[in-house]
Amino acid sequence: MRRVVITGAGTINALALDVAGTYAAMRDGRSGIGPLEFPDADRLLIGIGGQVRGFDPAAHFEGSKRALYDPFTQFALVAAREAMASAGLEALPGAAERWGCIMGTAGGGNATVNEAFRAVFAEGRNRVHPFTVPRLMPNAACSHIAMDWGIFGPSFTVSTACASSNHAIGLAFQMVRSGMVDGMLAGGSESMLNFGGLKAWEGLRVMSPDGCRPFSRTRNGMVQGEGAGVFVLETLEAAQARGAPILAEIRGFAMSSDAGDIVMPSVDGAARAIRGALDDAGLAPDQIGYINAHGTGTAANDRIESLAIRQVLGSAADRVMVSATKAMHGHLIGGTGAVELLACLLALNESIIAPTINFDEPDPDCDLDIVPNVARRAEVEAVLSNAFAFGGLNAVLALSSVK
Amino acid sequence: MQDRILDIIAREALRDPSELTPEMTLEELGLDSLGLVEVIFAIEESFGISVPFNANAPDASGFDLSSIGAVARAVERLVMGQPTAQVA
Repeated sequence: MRRVVITGAGTINALALDVAGTYAAMRDGRSGIGPLEFPDADRLLIGIGGQVRGFDPAAHFEGSKRALYDPFTQFALVAAREAMASAGLEALPGAAERWGCIMGTAGGGNATVNEAFRAVFAEGRNRVHPFTVPRLMPNAACSHIAMDWGIFGPSFTVSTACASSNHAIGLAFQMVRSGMVDGMLAGGSESMLNFGGLKAWEGLRVMSPDGCRPFSRTRNGMVQGEGAGVFVLETLEAAQARGAPILAEIRGFAMSSDAGDIVMPSVDGAARAIRGALDDAGLAPDQIGYINAHGTGTAANDRIESLAIRQVLGSAADRVMVSATKAMHGHLIGGTGAVELLACLLALNESIIAPTINFDEPDPDCDLDIVPNVARRAEVEAVLSNAFAFGGLNAVLALSSVK
Repeated sequence: MQDRILDIIAREALRDPSELTPEMTLEELGLDSLGLVEVIFAIEESFGISVPFNANAPDASGFDLSSIGAVARAVERLVMGQPTAQVA
């Protein structure tokens, strides 16, 4: 089977509008979470989130096109452009039929839904913008990336809530590895930070009013974020042939389903995905130096995830560094795995382990080295990125540097 | 007041209201975390109040969920406009 590498990365999120800025924020342990600003935000019970700030769509898209782009599509497009540029590509490096795009999202064009519903329900209007459907459809981001770059091969969107990005990247990896395609753009995008989107989340009563504190005893819920991450995946052979930057090798990927509860995670389901990724990668537990945790900051996730990591890694769990970067950028739901993969690339390429910020009190139920508050310098051989979704759908990626 | 609360909890727990007593706990009735969130939503809707509750820290919200009777008393306080111990 072919070896698959990441040659380009792009992002936009609450920490920064690009990868370099995101790396800097992760290295400095900076938070992008603050008061939410959008119409009717004063009617929310939960007033904080990781909102993208300082982003000017007009600087990136022509007016006529912009009308077709929900924010989740805008985020995906700018991340894809950065990813292609960082891969040293001005165009696809091979046959367009041999390249594809898989994007993850949970809410799709949620901002567009919110605006249209506001128009017809709150404002009593009897007409919505003509592009409401092409803006809100969850595959819009993927389709516009394909149009931007002339991608003719397999392209689609996956929606597995908080695991969407990992499923997207993992499937793209499998397709390049198997020879179905030569290259992929893959990642995830989300923009649910609007009044309707946040009200839906408030209903579930799982969000923190005062901050995301993964693995801390004082944790009291998740904090929402928004943004996108996109990666360029190619074969190692093709990347080396064209002298491309190689950011990491994707070594393995596994998916599992809890078939248990629609919101509560399961140790067994999470453990099966982690173990599956190690097996697929041919890596032993003691080769894993860093795990980017799903680490949502909810009471249930962090306890269950800690148990799952211990169950699979055994005594190696005493030495592995585990951090939850959601404390900094918030939970991007369908886009979260893509932004969190950047913490893995930072670990592999710059030997910097992004911290779990806001850590204020150890929890005996989460007895792992969670790299509290301050980034750490450490060489790691291989890393894992966990994603465990509502609905019990789990997806774990294993990566290493190219040896 | 207590009867209305009893009705709401019985409905969410798929029980007959006559089977419920104020001393019973929500766990006894088999209400899981999602069931609890539904009970609180139903109480908010029927009484026009806002109940401070975070599923991650159910004990920290100051809204006593230890028994059906406790819930009724907590709702009564909210309806009367008295603040709970702390705001979620």
